[in-house]
Amino acid sequence: MPVFFENREIVTPGDLLAEGGFDAGRNTYKIDSKIYACKLGLVEYKGRTVSVVALNTFYVPSVGDLVIGKIVEINLHGWIVDINSPYSATLRASEVFNKPYKPQKDELSEFLSIGDLIQAKVIAYDRTRDPLLTIREPGLGKITHGQIVKVSPAKIPRIIGRKGSMISMLKKETHCNITVGQNGLIHIYGRNPEDERIAVLAIKKIELEAHTSGLTDRITEMISKERGSDK
Amino acid sequence: MTSTTISRIRQNQIAQLIASNKRLDGRGLTDYRPIQIETGIIEKAEGSARVRLGKTEVMVGIKIDIGEPYSDRPNEGVLTTSAEFVPLASPEFEAGPPGEDSVELARVVDRGIRESKAIDLEKLCVIPGKKVFIVFIDIYVLNHDGNLIDASALAALAALTNTKIFKYEIKDGEVEIKPGFEELPLVNFPVAVTLAEIDGKLIVDPWLDEEEVMNARLTISFDKDGRICAMQKGGSGTLSPQQIIEAVKIAKEKSEELRSLVVKKS
Amino acid sequence: MSKKIRLVDENGIRTDGRKPDELRPIKLEVGILNNADGSAYIEQGKNKILAAVYGPREVHPRHLALPDRALLRCRYHMAPFSVQERKSPAPSRREVELSKVIREALEPAIFLERFPRTSIDLFIEVLQADGGTRAAGVTVASLALADAGMPMRDLVAACAAGKADGYIVLDLNDIEDKEGEADVPVAYMPSLNAVGLLQMDGQLTPEEFEQAFNLAIEGCKRIYELQKQALKAKYLAIKEAVEEAVE
Repeated sequence: MPVFFENREIVTPGDLLAEGGFDAGRNTYKIDSKIYACKLGLVEYKGRTVSVVALNTFYVPSVGDLVIGKIVEINLHGWIVDINSPYSATLRASEVFNKPYKPQKDELSEFLSIGDLIQAKVIAYDRTRDPLLTIREPGLGKITHGQIVKVSPAKIPRIIGRKGSMISMLKKETHCNITVGQNGLIHIYGRNPEDERIAVLAIKKIELEAHTSGLTDRITEMISKERGSDK
Repeated sequence: MTSTTISRIRQNQIAQLIASNKRLDGRGLTDYRPIQIETGIIEKAEGSARVRLGKTEVMVGIKIDIGEPYSDRPNEGVLTTSAEFVPLASPEFEAGPPGEDSVELARVVDRGIRESKAIDLEKLCVIPGKKVFIVFIDIYVLNHDGNLIDASALAALAALTNTKIFKYEIKDGEVEIKPGFEELPLVNFPVAVTLAEIDGKLIVDPWLDEEEVMNARLTISFDKDGRICAMQKGGSGTLSPQQIIEAVKIAKEKSEELRSLVVKKS
Repeated sequence: MSKKIRLVDENGIRTDGRKPDELRPIKLEVGILNNADGSAYIEQGKNKILAAVYGPREVHPRHLALPDRALLRCRYHMAPFSVQERKSPAPSRREVELSKVIREALEPAIFLERFPRTSIDLFIEVLQADGGTRAAGVTVASLALADAGMPMRDLVAACAAGKADGYIVLDLNDIEDKEGEADVPVAYMPSLNAVGLLQMDGQLTPEEFEQAFNLAIEGCKRIYELQKQALKAKYLAIKEAVEEAVE
């Protein structure tokens, strides 16, 4: 059962990662007993599973994901939402109105109009149908202030960190509310523009250096340096 | 509403038969469908032919005109090949400008003729740098039942064999057409052979249903001396290097068989 | 008529100083256009070619969407100033054909079935042409796809071989392409041992074809290694920079 790379080494599509009794994990595929990479990324050997942590990817919806999206269209049944994915999502009118929705009477654009940003959750999606969203949970709904940072969806796990360690640290050190959409959009809302600026800088640095080690320490250091420089 | 998309069951049936070296229409893997060639069928064209390859039917008309040579080849006649997927030939064909399939068909047929130097283009020079003969090869697909390339290449060759060029004389630097005709200077006889790969097997002359199932196809054109003069892989699958070498061997043999239908051995 | 140009001299050296089985110098860069989801750039000899990928995204017009897979669209296009005599910017029949064969070389590499009803749009712009643009176009497009994070079975490397002055030569330059006896462009996925593009024009015996084809495959394997390096380079540079700074 040989493996052909070091753990966390960079691999490219088509690289033969392992042969023998292994299982193909994320971003890999198997032909007979051979496991190949299908994305550019870092290979991970964990027990019998071989996977690749992608260095770039696009967002494919998954039920339960928190996403940030933009209203791009209003039709009879609800809103079409751009969620930075190959598939645009639908937010049904019935998700917003507590009473039965009457298209003749109720004006959808009074609630959400084109260009509005929302935090939402994916409640249904499969390959044959576009994703469906809900905003009926605490913390979901229209975004009214703060700013949005866009990163590669591949970097979201790194921004959240192991058991949320990175994101907790970010919130604490920057004094900002930070909501991370799985689709690569991040909402930042701080007490003042300076806090938000530092949060954006920190997130951009994590995105760039996501594949390196010792990152949490470097981010903490960067934040305190930025804080020091404006005082 | 008819569509050429075939059912999953039929796809499986075709693939399974081929795996056991058989085909749905009873042919062996390297057999062509019955071929009929007629020439001289359009009186107003300088050359013409119709080829029926099973139910696939292609007509080629050749028109000759006088025009200007290309600036980089002032002493050579001009060859131009076009293909028209006439809407009556298939529910998939639509009227309008040529799509990529018809452009590809025309260019592959053209490549076989051009690269084998089938027409002695220097003999088509009328006034060097000014006037040359232009040979228009127009491929007209009348019924699409697969393997349009081989049928079209064969029809083009057959049409070229009966192409006549009008006689002319030059008076005061002007070309004047005279009564009577001469033979087109045809000096080579390229033939295209197309193979399809289905589930790891190579078959010759895929018909439409087989084209729907195939992973990829490979067309190889041979000149009269057995040299390869054009190749084109098509389809969104792949071939292994070993299959390609095998395909060349099969195609060479089949090309001689096809050529003998058009050119009688002297 | 001008005398025939000598393509390979008595020492077996070509017009640009290469041996018959030598590639031209190749420079590859990845991720150079910020609007595109993936992008890459290649210089191979005097060829200068950009590739960009957008998608998977919604298909427009919508009726073109496929129910079971993504639609890969490819446009190979030459800039008007890329060749000696200005080329009309309207797509020529040659460009239509090349767009098709390039697409068919890349389709088998991508897991298109994972993104039904979407399109992946690939644009290849030849800024300067020096022979072998379709092969270089495949090589650079494959990098742009990988840069976009597209799930792929393998990278596709492409290279031509052919015949010039009786020699079987690798990676034909412009003059060898025009004046040589034959040209065999090949696109190849080394890990799968699969050929996705194969064309030929000119005249070769079956034996010569086999030689040229094998040489082209060899060229593809060398280019494949360069592609891998180019994809890794961007990330390795960051990794080295930050990890050195810590030490």
